[in-house]
Amino acid sequence: MHDGAERVGLVVVSHSARLAAGVAEVAGQMAPDVTVAAAGGTADGGIGTDFDAVSEALARVGAAAVLYDLGSARMVAELAVESLDDPSRVVLVDAPLVEGAVAAAVAAQGGADLAAVASAARAAGSEPEVAAPAEGEEIRVRLTNEIGLHARPAALTARTLSELDASVTVRFGDKSADGTSVLALMALGARGGDEVVVSATGRQSDDALRAFADLAARDFDE
Amino acid sequence: MACTAESVADAVRAAAAVVASHRDELVALDRAIGDGDHGENLNRGFTAVVAALDEGTPDTPAAVLKLVASTLISKVGGAAGPLYGTAFLRASAVVKDAAELGPAEVVAALEAALGGVVARGKAEVGDKTMVDALSPAVEAARSADSVSELLTAAAEAARAGAESTEPLVARKGRASYLGERSAGHVDPGARSTALILGSFAAGPVR
Ligand SMILES: Nc1ncnc2c1ncn2[C@@H]1O[C@H](COP(=O)(O)OP(=O)(O)O)[C@@H](O)[C@H]1O
Ligand SMILES: [Mg+2]
Repeated sequence: MHDGAERVGLVVVSHSARLAAGVAEVAGQMAPDVTVAAAGGTADGGIGTDFDAVSEALARVGAAAVLYDLGSARMVAELAVESLDDPSRVVLVDAPLVEGAVAAAVAAQGGADLAAVASAARAAGSEPEVAAPAEGEEIRVRLTNEIGLHARPAALTARTLSELDASVTVRFGDKSADGTSVLALMALGARGGDEVVVSATGRQSDDALRAFADLAARDFDE
Repeated sequence: MACTAESVADAVRAAAAVVASHRDELVALDRAIGDGDHGENLNRGFTAVVAALDEGTPDTPAAVLKLVASTLISKVGGAAGPLYGTAFLRASAVVKDAAELGPAEVVAALEAALGGVVARGKAEVGDKTMVDALSPAVEAARSADSVSELLTAAAEAARAGAESTEPLVARKGRASYLGERSAGHVDPGARSTALILGSFAAGPVR
C-alpha cells in the first residue's frame, strides 16, 4: 500500500442485524485497520434489508467491497450503490458471505486495491484448489513469527508471490496450498515454530523461493 | 382522458387500499412458499406512501411516481421493496416532466416498470415471480387506445398471469430454495402486482 492511501473498506449487507454484525466481527478481527461496516435487518429490528441502513454503511467507507447474503439484499445494495455520487468507488461482490468477507478483509488489511479485494472475496467462493505439488526446487522454512502463516502474513505472502512468474506450492503436514491464495495459505494452519515446505516451478521459481524465505526471516514484517 | 399528478396519486392511494385489504392473503401466499412477510412488507410500504402523499401531492406524475419509489425502497424491507421501487423509479424517469399522461405515456411507464423489475431481479416469464403478472400486463396494455381501456386490459392480463404461476416451480427469489415444493401455490409478488394493477384500473384514473 502506498503512503497515505486509505485501506479499502468492507460493507456487509444482511437480512439480520446480528448476522451482519457477526460477519463484520469475524472479518474485522483479521483486519484491525480495515473499516467493516455492517448493515443488517430492518429499521424496526426485523428480518429484512434496510435501504437507509445500507446507504449509511456506504457513507462510512471510501473505496469498498460490498457483500450480501440473499438475493434481495443484493437488490437493496445495488439500489444504494446506484444512488451514490460516485458508484464506482464500491464493488458489489457475489461471494459466500463469511469466507468472502474474511478474504476481502485480509486482502484489504494487506493493502490490496479495490479490484484485488473484490477478487479475493470472489475466489473465496471457488473450491479451494488442490495445489499439485510443483516439481522443481524445494526449500524447508521454519516460521518464527507467532501467528505463522495467518491473516497478514498469508496476505503478504500471497501478494508477493503473485507478482512473480512462478507457481509456488506451500505444504504443511499433509496439506498443500497455492502460494498465491490467501485463504489456502491460512487453511494450512501453520503457526509459529512450524516448518513448511515450499516448492516452485516457472521462470522465477528461484526468486519465489528466496522471497518466501526472506519474508519468513523477517517474520513477515509482523 | 389523461392522468394528472393528482390522478396518479389517487391511483396509488387505491393501490394502498387494495394492498391493505389483501394484506392477510398476501401473507398467506408468502407463508406457503416464502417467509410470510410479503403482505406486511407491502402494507408497510404503501401506508408510508399514503402518509407521504398526505403531506402534499407532488407537481407532476413523474414526481408522484418518484416519491412512491423512494418510499417503497426505504420502507418495504423484502425483495418487493427494491423491485417495486425500481419499477416506479423507471416509470418516473420515462414520463419525464409531462403534466399529463396519455395512453402512450402510460404504456411507456408500464414498459419501463417491467424493464426495471427485470434489470433488478433478472427473472424471466415462467420463473414464478411478479414478472409473470407484469409482463403480460404490459403486452396487453399496448393494444388498447385509451388510458382506462389499457389499464383494464393490463389488469386482466396481470390477473391471469398471476394465476398462471400456481403450477410453476420458482426459479428466482426466496421461493426458489423450495424447488419442486414451490409448485401448487400462486406467487405472492405476482398476486400483489395483479392487485395493484387491478386497483389502477378500477380507480379514478379514467
Ligand atoms: N429476482 C426476482 N425477480 C422478480 N421478482 C422477484 C425476485 N425475487 C423475489 N421476487 C418477487 O418478490 C416476492 C416476494 O417479496 P417479499 O416477500 O416482499 O420479499 P422476500 O422474498 O425478501 O421476503 C416474490 O413473490 C416474487 O414475486
Ligand atoms: Mg417474503
